[in-house]
Amino acid sequence: MTAEQPPKAEQSPKIVIVDESPIRAAILEEGLREAGYSSVVRISEMQSLLARIYALDPDIIVIDLENPSRDILEQMFQVSRAVRRPIAMFVDQSDAASIQASVDAGVSAYIVDGLKKERIKPILDLCVSRFNAFAKLQDELDRTKSALEERKVIDRAKGILMKLKGLTEEEAYVLMRSTAMREKKKIGEIAQSILTASELLK
Amino acid sequence: MTTPLHVGFIPLVDAAALIVAVDKGFAKAEGLDVNLVREVSWSNVRDKLNIGLFDAAHLLAPVAIASSLGLGHVKVPIVAPFNLGINGNAITVSAALHTAILREIDGDRFDPMATARALARVVAARRKSGAEPLTFAMTFPFSTHNYQLRFWMAAGGVDPDEDVRLVVLPPPFMVESLESGHVDGFCVGAPWNSIAVDHGVGHILHFVADILVHAAEKVLAIRQGWAEKNPDTVARLVRAASRAADFIEQPGNRGEAARILAQPDRIGVDAEVIQRTLDGRLKISPDGTFRENSRYLLVGREAAGRPDPAQAAWLYSQMVRWTQARFSPDALRAAMAVFRPELYDAALSKGADVAANRPIGAFDGPAFNPDDIAGYLAAFKIPRRRV
Repeated sequence: MTAEQPPKAEQSPKIVIVDESPIRAAILEEGLREAGYSSVVRISEMQSLLARIYALDPDIIVIDLENPSRDILEQMFQVSRAVRRPIAMFVDQSDAASIQASVDAGVSAYIVDGLKKERIKPILDLCVSRFNAFAKLQDELDRTKSALEERKVIDRAKGILMKLKGLTEEEAYVLMRSTAMREKKKIGEIAQSILTASELLK
Repeated sequence: MTTPLHVGFIPLVDAAALIVAVDKGFAKAEGLDVNLVREVSWSNVRDKLNIGLFDAAHLLAPVAIASSLGLGHVKVPIVAPFNLGINGNAITVSAALHTAILREIDGDRFDPMATARALARVVAARRKSGAEPLTFAMTFPFSTHNYQLRFWMAAGGVDPDEDVRLVVLPPPFMVESLESGHVDGFCVGAPWNSIAVDHGVGHILHFVADILVHAAEKVLAIRQGWAEKNPDTVARLVRAASRAADFIEQPGNRGEAARILAQPDRIGVDAEVIQRTLDGRLKISPDGTFRENSRYLLVGREAAGRPDPAQAAWLYSQMVRWTQARFSPDALRAAMAVFRPELYDAALSKGADVAANRPIGAFDGPAFNPDDIAGYLAAFKIPRRRV
């Protein structure tokens, strides 16, 4: 060992991200690397999960709460010949706020026994903020998608009205909009009922 | 004025009393506005119950005990005023292992001692030929499935820690793992055994009722502190679950119950598959062989709803047997105190009816006596070393 190397305790902890969502895992890994954590490995394949984790020998495991494989990780607490060192979950009951934040964000972490709390906290905070950022992104994407879907439905309904009632595009749209206002519904809902009705009357 | 509650559950048939209590209006009739939250892992259910995001939950009975004793995780005392299910699990094996066991069997194939001894011969033959050990899956380290698999195979001379591999696998992954050959068998609750059979990849070797006559499975779990502060709400929840259990056990209601449970945000599988479990009439092989046992899963019959501390003691004895816990009289008392028959009796205005509780009854070993766990465990040959 050369003199330049930091003492072992100060080395970047080895972090494993277990997540079936490759985009979220990438966002998290990027965040960790930017914050100076250089040793990050992603696992997206749940087959032989435990064997892979034992082989990687991480200090911290981050897993999303929607992942049923959390129960597989619980096996690490069991005293058995497969276990190489004890791992404890980060549920320090004195820190209710950060537990709440991680549950709200949908992320959970398992920490090797003995790792100092002040070294864990910034990592967990980072996971929480990246998970929240991903959820926001996902939400926006869903909204954009449904807006696009609605656009398509309205266009198709317009086409049906134009054909059946001999209306111009503008007239067809005005008819749907006024009906929507009268029935206190969204124009997308009116368009959907036109599509459904035309399906039924085919 | 209704009381809002958040209650977690895992999509399994033994969550039936809770789901029907909510969806059939029994909870509402008790003035409860229950938000049922479907979860993907027992770890999530336990943690959300522990930190107060859930007021109550459908929980593996051994997890409630482990949490109260601080085993494997933080110590949070839990009480169980209602037992959601008795029995209900099965052991399913791959076609290859099924064939191997039937080839080796000396006796009736529904006799667990005969199959366990056959398994021991299969295991010995594999070892001799240098084949990999068999792998069996269960749902959680502190699970009935873990203890039932171990109890069965150990009776035939198979040491579950030395002779086979036992792994945790979430139920939704079990069927594909059996198909891909990653596991050779598993013990899990309904509907997963039936799904493996319907999928053509598994044979149901045993109903748990073959192994243990009367085994506590899932409980209605509540944090002890919360239960003490809200005794009236606990009583109302117990009444709602008990009425739902009685409803489900009326044979004429099973179709409706199965349809409620089949909803996508509940269990989310075909009502027909769910009804097989409720009726205790299961397809056990892909060729269409059916097998009946009315005691496959008890939701309300035979006083199934009344928590029996002797059941908690038996589960604790299994934790000791398989070295998850070190025996202590204090821990035994704490484990037994998780199961609260007096809360059940009070909620339903019943007198304490100790005789209502059935003995556990097992195909191997002496009758269980909570007062002599050391003596009970000494009667078993595996594991040889004991702490």
